[in-house]
Amino acid sequence: MKRYSVTELIRQGLRGHTGWERAWRKVEQPKDSYDAVIIGGGGHGLATAYYLAREHGMTNIAVIEKGWIGGGNSGRNTSIIRSNYLFDESAALYNHALNLWKGLGKELNFNIMMSHRGVLNLAHDEGEMRQLKRRVEANRLNGVDAEWLDAREVKGFCPIINISGDVRYPVLGGTLQRSGGVNRHDAVVWGYARAASDLGVDIIQQTEVTNILTENGQVTGVETSRGTIRTPKIASATAGHTSTVAQMVDVQLPIESHPLQALVSEPIKPIIDCVVMSNAVHVYCSQSDKGELVIGAGIDAQLSYTQRGNLDIIEHQMASLMELFPMFSRLRMMRQWGGIVDVCPDASPIITKTPVKGFYVNGGWGTGGWKATPGSGHVYADLIARDEPNAIAAPFTMDRFVTGALVAEHGAAAVAH
Amino acid sequence: MFVIDCPHCGKRDQSEFAYAGEAHIARPTDTAEMNDQDWATFVFIRKNTKGLYAERWWHAAGCRKFFNMLRNTATDEIHAVYRIGETPPEVEADLPATPSGEASIGSGNDAVKIMRDDEVVSR
Repeated sequence: MKRYSVTELIRQGLRGHTGWERAWRKVEQPKDSYDAVIIGGGGHGLATAYYLAREHGMTNIAVIEKGWIGGGNSGRNTSIIRSNYLFDESAALYNHALNLWKGLGKELNFNIMMSHRGVLNLAHDEGEMRQLKRRVEANRLNGVDAEWLDAREVKGFCPIINISGDVRYPVLGGTLQRSGGVNRHDAVVWGYARAASDLGVDIIQQTEVTNILTENGQVTGVETSRGTIRTPKIASATAGHTSTVAQMVDVQLPIESHPLQALVSEPIKPIIDCVVMSNAVHVYCSQSDKGELVIGAGIDAQLSYTQRGNLDIIEHQMASLMELFPMFSRLRMMRQWGGIVDVCPDASPIITKTPVKGFYVNGGWGTGGWKATPGSGHVYADLIARDEPNAIAAPFTMDRFVTGALVAEHGAAAVAH
Repeated sequence: MFVIDCPHCGKRDQSEFAYAGEAHIARPTDTAEMNDQDWATFVFIRKNTKGLYAERWWHAAGCRKFFNMLRNTATDEIHAVYRIGETPPEVEADLPATPSGEASIGSGNDAVKIMRDDEVVSR
């Protein structure tokens, strides 16, 4: 892997940019067998492959992706990065991810455009204020940076917010995680793909897994649209299709898959330099480096795999956006899209072994998977390599639905599920 | 937007309805004797089918009654609406050919571009 650098940029520029190498190897034909196969070539799947190769020496592995890498939820999220979840278990997981995010661009030698611009979670009534202040204290106890700002301080941090008391749900204050922010989701996918491929991981695109083969309760391989591949370890990282893959081996999950929509406005000059999220006034918003406002909110109510939601959700988001930022009323919205999010009953992910030996599931991240990408991949690789979850992953196995030890983070997405 | 044919009120816009999840899950009558695993299955485990799915809706802004629906979750096509207590009717649906695949039309997943055999592709 030729390192990207300013020197390389100049050298290649002098050659008319004709000498750049492919970022990841093209796999003409998958091997007959691998030591492990990861189903799903998004951020989580590729991060898992990278850490399996780099930290566990498992390089004879493959990532199998039915479309193109990063074409699923990794390519559709609003790329918000934060770790200000309430419970100890969640704080550990998301903060592990945030700490990895901080150095990831350097580690992968790929500009992931990580911008720690700060994430505001707003409060609009006294009950919410109490909840968010509680979360600030819980965060601090868990080593997550968090501050409480009153309404004036919120406006000082984000001047275009409307903190007038004349609106239906006035801004009373908010929490700020300064180390939170956004990054470029495509770049993260490509960065992990390039690094993993360089370590020997085969990235196999346009190949759909149609069945999982087992013998005596142990996985033996996958059937794909390009033939059968033998392997003793299969790890599902298929946001949106976690249930369909698990059902290939009769593994039952508590997941329901819903559309999640997002949209961008026309590009405008820099106007908002942080991430603003509101639960009661149901919207979150940031501005991309291209100048578009990147806007999201909650899921569509019905279960669907169409990656297409309904207009009333968008209408509600826009109403909320106008409430917080009246000046955006003139903006044209440019592009809208959807993904499929796997929602868990407690809004926390599932990272688990299963009753089928060698079959692992990492899914159920719902609306909050992107921020966890490096942390998820890291702990999932550990689970796959050692066949035991580490301390960070252990609270998120399937056991919790039987024992009742749910990690109930419905409030943490800062928007109602 | 869906147009949903409420069995009691007729065709109304989806925004009048609320979603109530998977249909035909009977509440157990022996809850005191059930073990934790079976109880967890009843409370949490769902089929989450990609394809023909029996689900419940209720008419929140109208008659406020529950009813069942057969919808193809791979295309959002509504195939049948039937009352609580009735069995799902037989319907013809355009289903995905593979578990994670797309139906031939109407999935909205143009961007998940599975290259077909007749398309020029460098795999």
